[in-house]
Amino acid sequence: MRRVSPASAIGSYVLMVVAAAAAMTPFVWMVLVSLHPSHGALPDPAHLLPKHLQFANYSQVLHMDATPFLRFLMNTLIVAVSVVCGQLLICAPAAFAFARLSFRGRDWLFYLFVASMMIPGQVTMIPAFLVVRSFGWLNTYWALIVPAISSAFGIFLLRQFFLTLPRELDEAACLDGCSPWATFWRIAAPLSSPALATLSVFAFIATWTDFFWPLLVTSTTGMRTLEVGLSLFKDAFGSTNWPLQMAAAVLVLLPVLLVFLAAQRFFVRGIALTGLKG
Amino acid sequence: MTVPALAASRASSARSRRLKADLCAWTFIFPSFLHLAIFTLFPIGFAFYLSLHKWDVLKKAHPFIGLQNYQNLVHDTLFWNALFNSAYYAVASVPLGMLAALIIAILVNQKLPFVNLFRTLYYLPAVSSAVAVSMVWTFIYLPESGLLDWVLGACGLRHASQTDWLNSPGLAMPALIVMSVWLGLGPRMVLYLAGLSAIPSSLYEVAAVDGGGRWACFRHITWPLLLPTSFFILVTSSISAFQVFTPVYMMTQGGPMRRTDVVGYHIYNEAWRQFHMGMASAQSYVLFLVILLVTVVQFRIVQRRMAGYSLA
Repeated sequence: MRRVSPASAIGSYVLMVVAAAAAMTPFVWMVLVSLHPSHGALPDPAHLLPKHLQFANYSQVLHMDATPFLRFLMNTLIVAVSVVCGQLLICAPAAFAFARLSFRGRDWLFYLFVASMMIPGQVTMIPAFLVVRSFGWLNTYWALIVPAISSAFGIFLLRQFFLTLPRELDEAACLDGCSPWATFWRIAAPLSSPALATLSVFAFIATWTDFFWPLLVTSTTGMRTLEVGLSLFKDAFGSTNWPLQMAAAVLVLLPVLLVFLAAQRFFVRGIALTGLKG
Repeated sequence: MTVPALAASRASSARSRRLKADLCAWTFIFPSFLHLAIFTLFPIGFAFYLSLHKWDVLKKAHPFIGLQNYQNLVHDTLFWNALFNSAYYAVASVPLGMLAALIIAILVNQKLPFVNLFRTLYYLPAVSSAVAVSMVWTFIYLPESGLLDWVLGACGLRHASQTDWLNSPGLAMPALIVMSVWLGLGPRMVLYLAGLSAIPSSLYEVAAVDGGGRWACFRHITWPLLLPTSFFILVTSSISAFQVFTPVYMMTQGGPMRRTDVVGYHIYNEAWRQFHMGMASAQSYVLFLVILLVTVVQFRIVQRRMAGYSLA
């Protein structure tokens, strides 16, 4: 951070406001269009604020029979919460072992996990789909949850944090007769709640906004998640009913934006944690 | 006990202790390893197996055909077109996105009131639902009633106004690229901020004493010291640019005239619209090789460049 002279501060603000306007325009636009009457001509950009705000668009979106919004919402919540719990329970012990335990093949195995992050999703998607199908999981919560309950990214992120805990802690625990599992549960896990929160936020938002996998493994309207459900709105409303489409988009965006605003410090922390400080 | 016997028993107890430690560590790792094996390692191998077969979902028989799928790809002009589109998308969107993020990061790295608010605003597109933002951008790009055309018209650019951006062969891809710069701004900015915070401020103080201006500071301090960060962003952004899918699926469906038919979307069509799982797997392996090649080339070039910039 550098001190700034008043003249260059004004210049900076002008640039920042212009960039912020560019970043926010699509969102503002979305909200404005969603409040226009859903019948008749497309809203004219020259008249941004409609004469009568049509909040009825939102209740109409919530009550469409072809696209049961609340059902999509419930599916997404069930899946996202399960994935977060799974990631914490599965990635945290593995990350602890890679960071704090010594065993044969540890480094080799860790590189295997890290290397798996570099495989493009297109390579694994067809076989993963066939695997899930052979388990009989297509169009069930299992297909949406199980493939996402562990990730190399999560293990990597948590390992970086466990490495920063002082060594003396587990040495003392070891001398007191603590088993590695007891050390993990009673000492490392409670101390690493910021890192666990970081992973939870990443996993929650990634699951909430995932589109491709839920599109492949669900086939009935009742099993769709919000992202896939939203793509169905387009057909349900006719591709030209923009106010209703935008109202649906706002409803899908709102929860994830709120989660992000509540937890954004964990995002920045996570990026610092993964060792990217160049 | 004799001395050799004692040593032997010590050695065997050391061995059993080590075995115990190995087994204990495996109880920590086993669930994640099982998951990796089922959902990543096995699929990687199985995708290659699929790519050697004529594997249509709708047919019972899956005959082995060796490298036939790969040979067919050599003459498949549609696949080459998709590779070209992906390269176009990556080559344009990654540097543009990095430049925008670097400028923004330098701006919000200053000690000014409200910079945190601005950082948050710039990050929001990245956590938004890709489907929702694709719908909004489709609307922005509409002819006449779209926001972009209206803005251009208001600026007096009548000839640019009333353009159907997403349906013009030459303009659909640039339209997607502009959107990708918007989407990627936040994450790239945060990475650049982390890089900027690692630059010691003493370097700038020395430069100020020597009478170095702003541009000289950027040219000789900020830019070289940000090279590792830039390199990291370049590699990760290129990898994800070659896999882009959702905006294409939602906004252009690969059109007009296949000008936005990128590899990620092309493979999806091959697998889930044509049901050619074997061919799609072969294409995914080619995509993997392309990504690997691009990454290796970037490593090579940057390593040579960075040698000249090392601080030591």
